Amino acid sequence: MTGISRRRLIKTGLAATAGVAGLGVAAEVAKSYGLVPPDHGGIWGVGETLNYASQRLLTWHSMAREFARSQISKRPLENEMAPPNDEFKKLQAGGFADWRLTIDGMVARPGAFSLEQLKSYPSRSQITELACEEGWSYISEWIGVPLSHVLEVVGIQPEARYVVYFSIDHDWWDSIDMADAVHPQTFLAYGMNGGELSVGNGGPLRMRVPRQLGYKSVKFITHLTVTDDLKKFGKGLGSASPEGGYAWYAGI
Amino acid sequence: MADIGANLGTIPESGAVDLVPSAVLVAPAATVPMRHSALVRITHWITVGCFVALLVSGSELVISHPRFYWGETGNVLTPVLFKLPIPSSRSLVPTGYGYVLPDQNGWSRYLHFQSAWLVVFTGLLYVFAGLWSGYFRKSLFPAREDRSWRALGKAVASHLRFQRPTEADAWSYNLLQRLSYLCVIFVFFPLVVWTGLAMSPAFTSAVPASVTLLGGRQSARTIHFLVSVWLALFLLVHVGMVWFAGFWSRMRAMITGKADQPAASDMEGV
Repeated sequence: MTGISRRRLIKTGLAATAGVAGLGVAAEVAKSYGLVPPDHGGIWGVGETLNYASQRLLTWHSMAREFARSQISKRPLENEMAPPNDEFKKLQAGGFADWRLTIDGMVARPGAFSLEQLKSYPSRSQITELACEEGWSYISEWIGVPLSHVLEVVGIQPEARYVVYFSIDHDWWDSIDMADAVHPQTFLAYGMNGGELSVGNGGPLRMRVPRQLGYKSVKFITHLTVTDDLKKFGKGLGSASPEGGYAWYAGI
Repeated sequence: MADIGANLGTIPESGAVDLVPSAVLVAPAATVPMRHSALVRITHWITVGCFVALLVSGSELVISHPRFYWGETGNVLTPVLFKLPIPSSRSLVPTGYGYVLPDQNGWSRYLHFQSAWLVVFTGLLYVFAGLWSGYFRKSLFPAREDRSWRALGKAVASHLRFQRPTEADAWSYNLLQRLSYLCVIFVFFPLVVWTGLAMSPAFTSAVPASVTLLGGRQSARTIHFLVSVWLALFLLVHVGMVWFAGFWSRMRAMITGKADQPAASDMEGV
């Protein structure tokens, strides 16, 4: 072995060691800053963690693009979905008067809120684009109460890290981190384009998370839980999506 | 890598061992240059793996909505710019086919982003190492005598006549090769990354110009698709040209770094 190749071998070895150590340190730092997604295990963990960590750092306070009223799509597409269950139909027959949003977990004042109550809070609207992971999109005006306002009403504990939200359709639940939960554009939406939110678009109550793809905007919300640990829910992957093979974080 | 022992082993193959005193042979053999550096070879093959993964997963994603639009929005209720005559993995999409393909978007999205990260890191390593070492200036930027329309015309004509590459071509890139590689590295690769990011609702919230400059989200998606098709065509032509130039010798050069020695064949002629 010549001197050059020995030197190169040592250099390569040092670089590899530094690389592995660097990755280890990066993983620890990412974990301590909450930059590791709940579905980081398995072969796709590296890509998912890079997606989530880089975008969370880049978008901590950024606002989803808003559009002019003239850019609103003529018809907001109602995506295909499972037929409503009996529980939903019963509430629908009663004009959703008995619809309740229960909030529990790491909150000071857990409770159940009617649509009337939610509508009595300051109403906000945003004209944003809903983009599906499949590729299609539309622009509409979303009307609702910012989730941050409701979280203030119930008083979240400082250790809270995620808000988990459940649909009346029991197969569908999801969660977002606090950066998205207290983001001013994250709504509990009950209206669209100046009117009621249609059932096809998730009415009477839909979580609207405009900085992520459409599947994070879960329809028919009946229950919120504030938590510091997503392992307690379902298979511990953060939402129903990773259980069906889709990423928890859908910012891209 | 280029230690003496390994190169001595190749000398009998050259057929020149009887013609030149061994002492003379050893000296040049010790400095036999590699056709492709280890960095070029490693980044090349990682890129190949990533590109295939991106192509397969990207095709699966397109199948879930094989319609393309221009501007900000587009869906099955709006007119298309063009659509692909293929079935879809979503029942919502009217394709004219009476069946719906199975949904493959979950793993396709995971694979797409993981390979995208790997190929971006690989690409950055390649570009910075290439700039640092002068590789782009020496090996990819057209040589001084080739910087004319006349040289370009000559290169196009020789390609159109399907002239076989000469011995010297095994040791450097010709003008059209250089221009197409430079375009892929500095135009189409960055463009496909940019248009990919322009489809991210989170990224565009931080950098809105990334999508508005392209004319909207659906324009970004359409450009992303077209650039991908263009890159796939480049891959086909690239592999075709490698085949034409001598598949196994070019493959060996890109795997082991060693190419046929023009000097050795000159000696055979002696």
